[in-house]
Amino acid sequence: MTPLVVLLGAAGGLLLLPLPTLALGQSGLGRWLTYGGATAVCAAALGVALRSLLLGEICEASLPLGLPWIGARFRLDPLASAFLVVVDLGGAFASLYALGYGRHEPEPSRVLPFYTPFLAAMMLVVLAADAFSFLVAWELMSVASWALAMAHHREPRNTQAGYVYLLMANFGALALLLCFGLLAGPSGAYAFDAIKAHPPTSATAALALGLTILGAGSKAGLVPLHVWLPLAHPAAPSHVSALMSGVMTKVAVYAFVRIVFDLVGAPAPWWAVAVLILGGLTAVTGVLQALMQRDLKRLLAYSTVENIGIVFVGLGLALAFRAAAMPLAAGLALTAALLHVFNHSLFKSLLFFGSGAVQSGAGRRDMDQLGGLIGRMPQTALAFLAGSVAISALPPLNGFVSEWLTFQAILLSPKLDPWSLKLAVPAVGAMLALAAALAAACFVKAFGLTFLGRPRTQAAKTAREVDGFSRAAMLGLVVLCLAAGVLPGFVIDTLAPVTRALVGGRMPAQAGQSWLTIVPIAEARSSYNGLLVLVFVTLSAGLCALAIHELASRRVRRAPAWDCGAPDPSPMTQYTADSFAQPIRRVFGTYVFAARERVETPAPGDLAPARFEAVDRDLIWETLYAPIAGAVTFAAERLNRLQFLTIRAYLGLVFLALVTLLLVLALWG
Amino acid sequence: MGLIGAVAVQGGQMALVLALAPALTGLVRKVKARLVRRQGAPLLQPYRDLWRLMRKEVVLAESASWLFRAAPYLIFAGTWVAAALVPTFATGLMFSWSADLIAIMALLGAARFFLALAGMDVGASFGGIGSSREVMIASIAEPAMLMIIFSLALLAGSTQLSTVASYMLSSNVGLRVTLALALVALMMVAIAENARIPVDNPATHLELTMVHEAMVLEYSGRHLAVIELAGFLKLLLYVSLIGCVFVPWGLAPAGAPVQAHLIGIAAYVGKLALAAVLLALFETAVAKMRLFRVPAFLGAAFMMAILGALLLFVSRGGLR
Repeated sequence: MTPLVVLLGAAGGLLLLPLPTLALGQSGLGRWLTYGGATAVCAAALGVALRSLLLGEICEASLPLGLPWIGARFRLDPLASAFLVVVDLGGAFASLYALGYGRHEPEPSRVLPFYTPFLAAMMLVVLAADAFSFLVAWELMSVASWALAMAHHREPRNTQAGYVYLLMANFGALALLLCFGLLAGPSGAYAFDAIKAHPPTSATAALALGLTILGAGSKAGLVPLHVWLPLAHPAAPSHVSALMSGVMTKVAVYAFVRIVFDLVGAPAPWWAVAVLILGGLTAVTGVLQALMQRDLKRLLAYSTVENIGIVFVGLGLALAFRAAAMPLAAGLALTAALLHVFNHSLFKSLLFFGSGAVQSGAGRRDMDQLGGLIGRMPQTALAFLAGSVAISALPPLNGFVSEWLTFQAILLSPKLDPWSLKLAVPAVGAMLALAAALAAACFVKAFGLTFLGRPRTQAAKTAREVDGFSRAAMLGLVVLCLAAGVLPGFVIDTLAPVTRALVGGRMPAQAGQSWLTIVPIAEARSSYNGLLVLVFVTLSAGLCALAIHELASRRVRRAPAWDCGAPDPSPMTQYTADSFAQPIRRVFGTYVFAARERVETPAPGDLAPARFEAVDRDLIWETLYAPIAGAVTFAAERLNRLQFLTIRAYLGLVFLALVTLLLVLALWG
Repeated sequence: MGLIGAVAVQGGQMALVLALAPALTGLVRKVKARLVRRQGAPLLQPYRDLWRLMRKEVVLAESASWLFRAAPYLIFAGTWVAAALVPTFATGLMFSWSADLIAIMALLGAARFFLALAGMDVGASFGGIGSSREVMIASIAEPAMLMIIFSLALLAGSTQLSTVASYMLSSNVGLRVTLALALVALMMVAIAENARIPVDNPATHLELTMVHEAMVLEYSGRHLAVIELAGFLKLLLYVSLIGCVFVPWGLAPAGAPVQAHLIGIAAYVGKLALAAVLLALFETAVAKMRLFRVPAFLGAAFMMAILGALLLFVSRGGLR
């Protein structure tokens, strides 16, 4: 039995799991069966995928489904295995988390039947080896995640989110459909190896790239196609949000890599410019929007947009190096992007689990109503802190490693020739640096407002720590984040077959380096050792604490906060989400959000209250989406008249149409 | 020499930066006082301050969590490790390969992350002011610093500080526009990062203008001592960084004899003194700017650094 058969079996099992769940009805057993079964199946599939990635296995299978002349083809190669590891790791942890978190679900019958098919669809997208199966699995993934995002459909915001998501998912699928149609050509060769055997002309390839950016980019959240993401991801239950943000966006990245790096053939340099600029813009816009949020889950969703931008910068660099025939550098850039895919799936799942824990522990996720949870929910706080450090790209956790590799790849790019790249790469590097710094600010805000300070509401004051399953899932991810941060060499070596297959180069083997250092090119050029940094920081902190313990006074007195001598007893006088972001809004917001602030202070002696008003506008929505929506409404209103004609008018219209068509035919022939 | 020498250099550097850091701040304060015709506190006053703070009891706010008590040690550790990896008197640091310049800056970023969190922990509004302003300043200063690193790394062909320093010592550097831009930008970033005038006033007690002081407002006793020491170390780190990249003369190369190291230490102390005098002169000459002028100041540094890197991207020769 090949690993592919096992993986297909796992996906099939996940697809069929809703049937017994539905038979069990509303009892808690359905929850245990769904989440317990999904944990076990995903863990098993994870083992299989990891094994074939390490062994570099390639296997194929074909099922008598789908299009009659090609069947449903599936293929397991290093790229598919790598992304399956991401999918199954995220799936296993989300299911483990949901064993506890799912208890708080008010309507489990709206979540359970769609949950495992969603997981199965993501696995099938990665495994598919013909356009038809790929698109069917892709659409199943979209529909299942839409149903999950609509689980709490009674909240009015969620129905709007679901509508926008459905529209964008349809648009993306349509773009991918056209893309595959172009690549397959008139003969209908939809199998991936047939597409690869006949590389398209450069014009077709460029068109396919554009359609892939639209199709995969809209699912991944590339600006300006990201608008649905911060609406839909927070609407779902938290374990599903974690899957949508941490895993489904990665499946979209997989689609981009599979089409652009594998199917289309040799890239042109200007492709890289387009992808780089899109990635840089996505990173900066995403993190700036994240900083302005009050809702913890919306903040996390916008931060996903930022991280997708970082991944696409890595992919753009890999395209540039590949077009310039620099396989080693392309291997480095692609490794950086794939490592960030892996890392982001870990810490974004962790952070969404944390936000779910906050929601079930304190009953809300608006940061202005939280605060001080570090005392009531210590383990959740620790896990969220670790996730925040990791996503802010701070050593020694894993987020730093992938961003560091991306920077190292940028430093190789002056050797690229075209002028467009020479100008684009430093600009994108600056955007990436800006995004990294703003991400740290964003997560100081997220952690500080939610977990530190004094509780702002009674609910936050009486919050309770979450159950054991949720904590186990979060702490497990913390351990993985730390391990991937201090021992990144193993992950990098595991990714080597993927980059070699796609761009013909790989990073030097890291396992043989002394002290487990990672060395992207040569040691004299750059090296980083997360393990030693961790050891040094721990030792120095310990040494300092020891010295202070021996030398200094140990007396501690608890007293009210000093606060310059005038502490305010009301916890509402603490900094809020908006006041924390105000300096940054003032610096960047004028351009990005057309932010306006208005202060009204009454004249001295006047007892009217002072007013402060701040307005942010979503310029992307206003300039891009609102006109389209307006045009559609306009056209619909005009065409609406056709509904209310007399029978004679309809007959006349039919006759007119017939005559016109015949005329066209006559003139054509 | 060999391994023992490398260990000695690394250990010596860690002890040296810790020992000299308070003196550097003391010298800056002394020169500033003399410039306005005050007597000024003695050079060793920062040491006495630290010792006094350590003997005092800690007054902890009732709402403070464990993070508030742990943060000083983490901040100090991050800063000390970063300072230990910047070549001060010799390039042959044993562990210089474990973190390059980007990682050193990220370590300082981690220290700042915890400082900003500590500012928010007590739940008093001044801490919030400090943290939110600090992250705003950092959000422009950090990318500027990264672009400076890009410029240096493109010239020297490496992000390793010891390699950069050796390259700067070699004869094929020459005068370059990029280096001038990077130097000016680096000095501006250093001023902002160390909360010096005109970005922030280290001696201020006027609440509305505080940034750094507002974050550490609730700290007292030994915790405050550790945070102060980390602040001294950070100033020393930036001076060492500018010294090792732009005035690397006197740095002892790896494996050099003991005399070269002694010369290196003397040169380093001289550089520190010179930097202290220049910083004091600059701080006396300019006035503190309004908070929302700071982005323009740092934005200029960012633009200069980008320009420097861009020049290297478009110029043809000389890259490694």
